[in-house]
Amino acid sequence: MTTASTTGARDHARSQAAVAATVGPDLPSGVDPDAIIFAQRIPAGGYANVVLGRGTRIRLSDPAGAACAHVLLLRAESPWERLNVADTVKVPWQAYLSTGHPLLSDQGRVLATLVADSSGRHDTLCGPSPAARQALRLAGVKQGLEPRDIGPTVSFFRGIRVESDGALTVSGTAGAGAAVDLLIHLPVTLLVANAEHPLDPTPPTALDVVAWSAPAQLALTHNTDPEYLRAVENTERDWHARTLEARA
Amino acid sequence: MIDTRTVVLDQTVPARAPWSAVVRAGEQLEIIDLHGNQAVDCLLYNAADHTDRYSAQATVTAQRNIFLTTGSVLLTESGTPLMTVVADEVGNHDTVAGACSQESNTLRYGHHTRHQHACVENFLAEGLKWGLGKRDLVSNINWFMNVPVEADGTLGIVDGLSAPGKSLTLRAEIDTLVLVSNCPQINNPCNGFAPTPVRMVVTR
Repeated sequence: MTTASTTGARDHARSQAAVAATVGPDLPSGVDPDAIIFAQRIPAGGYANVVLGRGTRIRLSDPAGAACAHVLLLRAESPWERLNVADTVKVPWQAYLSTGHPLLSDQGRVLATLVADSSGRHDTLCGPSPAARQALRLAGVKQGLEPRDIGPTVSFFRGIRVESDGALTVSGTAGAGAAVDLLIHLPVTLLVANAEHPLDPTPPTALDVVAWSAPAQLALTHNTDPEYLRAVENTERDWHARTLEARA
Repeated sequence: MIDTRTVVLDQTVPARAPWSAVVRAGEQLEIIDLHGNQAVDCLLYNAADHTDRYSAQATVTAQRNIFLTTGSVLLTESGTPLMTVVADEVGNHDTVAGACSQESNTLRYGHHTRHQHACVENFLAEGLKWGLGKRDLVSNINWFMNVPVEADGTLGIVDGLSAPGKSLTLRAEIDTLVLVSNCPQINNPCNGFAPTPVRMVVTR
């Protein structure tokens, strides 16, 4: 196929999509395919930036066993409200993320709740590696954000544990097939980078991200801790005030 | 140490109040816990570029330990050393638990705390003097605050290890803007349920 002319170049370009195979993530069973709003396989070094509505359920999964998902959430329509990692560990009295744990904003609200976790190897302490920070900055700038908006992050699929003297140890990954699900409580911009962990040199493998609409799950009780219930209360009041929609 | 150095600044920060100053490269900031167990919330910025700011996560990662003490180097996100802890009479300072805010207080203690003063209010008010806004606030240091992490991940602010008159000293590696909130928290043991003044002494 010649590319010496504009029509030849156009034909050549168009032919590429026709023969290419896009490798996407496995879609979750039991979810209506029409409800799926986002599905990408993010290679090592890749990133995604996506706005997710209230009531989205998003699954991050680790098909090959060495993904590292560095995650930041910012309120979509007012990104100066963002994930506060300190509050996210201090308020629930728990440094290690697992099912039922809220990802709290700096305004005392729940941006997302971990509603499923088959990994148990996550990190709230170390933040992004230099490569991950650069990818998050790129992801953010595509949403009109600046480097100063890229605050502390959490990372999924690489475990870090604290010894009694405060020292950090690496507990690795849970192996291929692990997944975590987040339920989104308020419209958010999700920035995610799949890049090395700063203390775990294992090279990352692909990260799968699939999101679907699941608003009915907002009405379920995912955690009965008093701190969590007040965070949900704050969240629902704010959403109700902004939208006049009924509370979950 | 102060005797052989020139005092640049010597100020007492009242209970609950904010404070800020640029500490020049080579100068030392001594923070004295005058009455004991007073949490001193602290944020640091490269004075020449406020986007180059303290990163708790980069600092914790680099030293592979969540506690700060003598020898700890306080880093920005990009790895720039801002200050080094050169003396510490306490041995264990927090860099994980962040600042109290009116909003987080409603979660931790109940909605009746909504209008209590909080460290984020101090940071915002003091930061405005330097052109800093809400987006510039990140996880901060809590000098004199004791936050252990148990084997199962349980974490919390417990009784402090400080005592009246105990101090720590920071050496500025570059010109550093230091923002402080002398923590107003009255609902947990971080300052013995009664905020007290602290003293800030800058020498060169």
